[in-house]
Amino acid sequence: MAEQKTVTFIITRQDGPDSAPYEETFEVPYRTNMNVISGLMEIRKNPVNAKGEKTTPVQWDMNCLEEVCGACSMVINGTPRQSCAALVDELETPIRLAPMATFPVVRDLIVDRERMFDALKQVKAWIPIDGTHDLGPGPRMPEKKRQWAYELSKCMTCGVCLEACPNVNDKSDFIGPAAISQARLFNSHPTGDMNKSERLEGLMEDGGVSGCGNSQNCVQVCPKGIPLTTSIAAMNRATNIQAFKNFFGSDNAH
Amino acid sequence: MADQQREFFYRRLHSLLGVVPIGLFLTQHLFVNHFAVYGEESFNKAAGFMAELPFVILLEIFVIYLPILYHAVLGVYIAFTAKNNTSRFSYFRNWMFRLQRITGIITLIFIVWHVWETRVQVGLGNAEVEYSLMENILTNPFMFWFYLVGIISAVFHFANGLWSFLVSWGITQSPKSQKVATYAVVLVFLVVSYLGVRTLIQFAYGV
Ligand code: HEM
Ligand code: SF4
Ligand code: FES
Repeated sequence: MAEQKTVTFIITRQDGPDSAPYEETFEVPYRTNMNVISGLMEIRKNPVNAKGEKTTPVQWDMNCLEEVCGACSMVINGTPRQSCAALVDELETPIRLAPMATFPVVRDLIVDRERMFDALKQVKAWIPIDGTHDLGPGPRMPEKKRQWAYELSKCMTCGVCLEACPNVNDKSDFIGPAAISQARLFNSHPTGDMNKSERLEGLMEDGGVSGCGNSQNCVQVCPKGIPLTTSIAAMNRATNIQAFKNFFGSDNAH
Repeated sequence: MADQQREFFYRRLHSLLGVVPIGLFLTQHLFVNHFAVYGEESFNKAAGFMAELPFVILLEIFVIYLPILYHAVLGVYIAFTAKNNTSRFSYFRNWMFRLQRITGIITLIFIVWHVWETRVQVGLGNAEVEYSLMENILTNPFMFWFYLVGIISAVFHFANGLWSFLVSWGITQSPKSQKVATYAVVLVFLVVSYLGVRTLIQFAYGV
């Protein structure tokens, strides 16, 4: 039998949140149709690096394995993307894996995306319907609107758009494109519309929509093809109108 | 205005001032200077008209100096809070984003030098607003190139800024309208650059 084919992975590792990052190389047995995660699983089965030394298994995050949860995002050969959807046959080797630099590292390839959830809280990206009695069915939504709003609802808070944004970094408090688009999603909903101004106020807070500098990388990299730059421009318009209503006064400033 | 919404207000003001009045002033300034192409007389008449506008010092302070000062100070801060990544993401708009910041800094250096050499010297009584002032500066080849880079940077910054102004104010929302806006601001860039560069050539080479 011919010698077993292998794939080389060069992984940026980090033992804990405060320890220094280092690189480790692994030779992983090749299988047809393998993805980056199955490569990582091989390393977990047999945590021996390319020098033949026994090491700790590489840690990563995952859940759905079908590019809908966003948990497995990492930087693969320089590009932030989902490792479950990254097929080894389509990648240049050696395959370089690193955690997304925008987020604090928990361990190895696992990052803490809490800032994205904080951002969703800032813009109140939900619809408050809980109460003490049944409010009955809400208003209907025009079909045309539902179609574009559905596209926005595909966001999986994966963080790839934040990783690509030059204005999301440790010198700025910009919340990034994902939450801005989510504010638009919930404002487009007929029931969500009733609390529209609260989301717009959140977008007008520090780090909000005005932090965008139009590099438009986000819309290029989003794995879900979400029209992020359209959302940002739409929220620019909506926050400006809200600001005028707030200042001059309006009966429709809800 | 709620306390945490200051940044929003400051950024919108920054954006607005970039177009009104600074961008309008830039265009007007290059347009009036272009009279130099029709001869010394013509330039002196046009520049003299501007210099003799009533309340000219108030106009200068409120339409030019204060807006530029505000836009430049916040602009430098904004430019240095970005972490440019064109090597990883070499998309067209990402390059425009980076160039907007680079040309902002070049423009700042140019404006400071240009104001010092012209308006301040005139104010100190060391020079007069006339054709020969610019002719003396621009016949020096180094200064000619310095002005060329300065003017093209300023016009690029204005034209590309106009594009992002349309986004910041939520005017161009759809990808299609943003694309049309790109073509429109390329036209603005070419026309206003022509005015500026043509004038420079007139002062430097008399043609
Ligand atoms: C000739 C003078 C200038 C003109 C006509 C001008 C015009 C503009 C315009 C129209 C914008 C677009 C605003 C927006 O995105 O909504 C802009 C943005 C900007 N300007 Fe200027 N500007 C000038 C000088 C400067 C200077 C001296 C600096 C200092 C470095 C500067 C830094 C910036 C920056 C960083 C932005 C980007 C802001 C953002 O993306 O949010 N500008 N400028
Ligand atoms: S908008 Fe796209 S890139 Fe950004 S977090 Fe959502 S799915 Fe990921
Ligand atoms: S594991 Fe859910 S997106 Fe990859």
